[in-house]
Amino acid sequence: MHDVKIKVSNFSLSYGDVPAIKNVTMSIKANRITGIIGPSGCGKSTFLRALNRMNDLILGVRTSGTILIDSEDILQKNVDVVHLRRRVGMVFQKSNPFPKTIFENVAYGLRIGGIKDKAYIEQKVEKSLQAAALWDEVKDRLHKSAFELSGGQQQRLCIARALAVEPEILLMDEPASALDPLATLKIEELIHELKKKYTIVIVTHNMQQAARISDFTAFFMLGELIEYDVANIMFTKPRKKITEDYITGRFG
Amino acid sequence: MMRMRTLTQFFGFFFLRTCALFVVLILALLLGHIWQKGSGSLSWEFLSAAPRQGMTAGGIFPAILGTLCVTCIAAVLGMPLGIGCAIYLNEYAADTALTRVIRISIRNLSGVPSIVYGLFGVVLFVQLFKFGTSILSAGCTLGLMTLPWTITASEEALKNVPMAYREGALALGATKWQAIRTNVLPYALGGMITGTILSLSRVAGETAPILFTGAAFFLPELPKSVFDQFMALPYHLYIMSTQHHAVAKVRPLAYGTALVLIGLILALNLAAIILRARLRTMKKE
Amino acid sequence: MKHAEAVKKYRARKIEERFFHSLFFINGILVIVVLAGIFAILLKTAAPAFREIDLREFFFTVHWDPAGYEKESYGIIAMLVSTFLVTLGALAIAIPIGIGAAAYLCDVAGPRVREIAKPLIEVLAAIPSVVLGFIGIVVVNPMLAKFFRQPNGLNAVNGSILLAIMALPTIISITEDALVSVPRSFEQASLALGATKWQTIIRVKIPAALSGIIAACMLGMGRAIGETMTVLMATGCAPALPTSYLHAVRTMTATIAIELGEVPYYSTHYYGLFAIGLTLFIITFMINLVADLVLHNFQKMQR
Repeated sequence: MHDVKIKVSNFSLSYGDVPAIKNVTMSIKANRITGIIGPSGCGKSTFLRALNRMNDLILGVRTSGTILIDSEDILQKNVDVVHLRRRVGMVFQKSNPFPKTIFENVAYGLRIGGIKDKAYIEQKVEKSLQAAALWDEVKDRLHKSAFELSGGQQQRLCIARALAVEPEILLMDEPASALDPLATLKIEELIHELKKKYTIVIVTHNMQQAARISDFTAFFMLGELIEYDVANIMFTKPRKKITEDYITGRFG
Repeated sequence: MMRMRTLTQFFGFFFLRTCALFVVLILALLLGHIWQKGSGSLSWEFLSAAPRQGMTAGGIFPAILGTLCVTCIAAVLGMPLGIGCAIYLNEYAADTALTRVIRISIRNLSGVPSIVYGLFGVVLFVQLFKFGTSILSAGCTLGLMTLPWTITASEEALKNVPMAYREGALALGATKWQAIRTNVLPYALGGMITGTILSLSRVAGETAPILFTGAAFFLPELPKSVFDQFMALPYHLYIMSTQHHAVAKVRPLAYGTALVLIGLILALNLAAIILRARLRTMKKE
Repeated sequence: MKHAEAVKKYRARKIEERFFHSLFFINGILVIVVLAGIFAILLKTAAPAFREIDLREFFFTVHWDPAGYEKESYGIIAMLVSTFLVTLGALAIAIPIGIGAAAYLCDVAGPRVREIAKPLIEVLAAIPSVVLGFIGIVVVNPMLAKFFRQPNGLNAVNGSILLAIMALPTIISITEDALVSVPRSFEQASLALGATKWQTIIRVKIPAALSGIIAACMLGMGRAIGETMTVLMATGCAPALPTSYLHAVRTMTATIAIELGEVPYYSTHYYGLFAIGLTLFIITFMINLVADLVLHNFQKMQR
């Protein structure tokens, strides 16, 4: 039940000569929400983007160590990144719907995956929108532009889009940072619901949010993993002074 | 002292304003003069008939057709090559020495004299590729000329597509080419077409590159294929104003030709400007 | 079984990716190939000329007369002088007006004026050179003839005026870019010290943008040197060495335009015209390259 889904060992990453992540070792459990917190520039987003190799887009990135997903090292050169990214979905900080219709946004991942069966796509789009708790709000305007949605709806659309390709893991990079409290609450409820089926890793800037939704929490600073524990323990009696200083808001 | 300075400023600004006004005035006078003298020659016959009686009467239809033909060929050659190069620079290329050489080459190509393009076209297309002096040779020469402008405009269009579209597609498991084809190009295409139209409007009026690659003084018949010679508006204007045996007599025809040429080029520019404005409002929505 | 299929798909994707990458790479390299190709073809076609014409004769004698009755002569000094005469005249007109207009658009004009003026300058840039040449014949020609009391006005001044019009849009737009990119803080510091706006433009902004402006003028110059149709039509095309702006002149570009249509392929004369083309290409290439470097450094400094 509490299998390890992602096993990171001695993972380091640098942009050219500038180290961004230093020697991180941690295990991320399946069907749990793992929150990653830390001050800006601590490498948490970089770490998240390493898990589906989105850092490949940046030139001069070098990595060492291993990241095993289901015992396959995804840092190897010959890894099929397209296949990897289908298994490891991602939701970005700023919602980024494509300038297409709501329907086409969700269907995008299926279409580029080579699926042509119309009925299947329709059914999959509906299911994904339902899973992202958006179906009831958009079912009458599936063929309208995605830009007509509100900020919170757009972000849920992006989640639905990621779900449509049936990933095993969902990476979320501060998914609610640009949203108002009500929309944030909705997203949080949704994330909570999603953990039944998916392993979720979420980066957040917001301490309360991390405390509310995560099962495990990792604290990053200056590229290092300072502390990693069950969320309850982390937020009540952290082992290290610096963690306490951060979560009580003395810096960051 | 104070007064002196305000006075200097007054005259200074007056000078700057005069400069700007002068430039606009030149344009206005130029267009006005050609319109005033040329509009009288405009008629349906002028646009639709061939020259007659040793080019002292009749119309300029073959020249219009020829210019349209070479411009089309220039577009067919220049647009895909220009867009492809822009895709390479903006989507694939890293910032290496090679990339910098490519960029310097692009800027330098736009400064190569048009007559040099003409010489290049004679050797490459007319002789080496054996296209002969033809629509094809002239069109290809003009197509190469459009490259620097098409590339620059296309790259600009690609830069305007948000990074998030690319990232979003890749995160969903798109290959790089899939992301470009389905989620970048569709949104850059409008800007690319605008840029291409503008660069076509520049080469459509060029004379030097087509002088030796296919433009003809006078042809009794319309060209039948791209391997035939052709008449072109800019070359026709050159002939009518300097080479014709009765230059003074055909002056009205020359004015008419100039008017049609300018009209064609301004129409292309206008189309590009309208398209650009359309795209801008569409983006805002 | 399923695994094998996944591997197959992966390979296919990889091949596709590599194919498109190479395709666009080749396309990117193409511009270098075109530029190098222009140079190579000019060089190769001009090479036989230098086997038959003495280099010293080509570069250091005055007259170009390949069809000479007594003796063929292949000197480019006369047309080189003509080219520079016309170009310098054009720059003398275009630089002050261009910088003035750019400064006006950048610092004096309101946003509405700018929005109208900028497309108009683009339109001026779009006017074909052959139309300007025509204007040179029908408008500038009689004006000059009357003003200077000459039998006609097809001379170097005429060419200079037309080339100035052609160079203006280039000079204005690049100068304006350079002025705009001068940091706001310079301007504000100058105004805060009590300088008038005019003093700020003349003593702070233009000096700060100077290398950009110089690049603009050089690009304008490159454009003027390489221009063919206007000078061909409006300068009278006399192949003699000009000694005054009121002489008819024949530039390098005009010589190629006039003669290439009449010479048989692969004759000495034909090769000689390519040698002129090569010289022209090298001159404009150098000017553009230097302008490009100056502009590049300027932009780097502004950042």
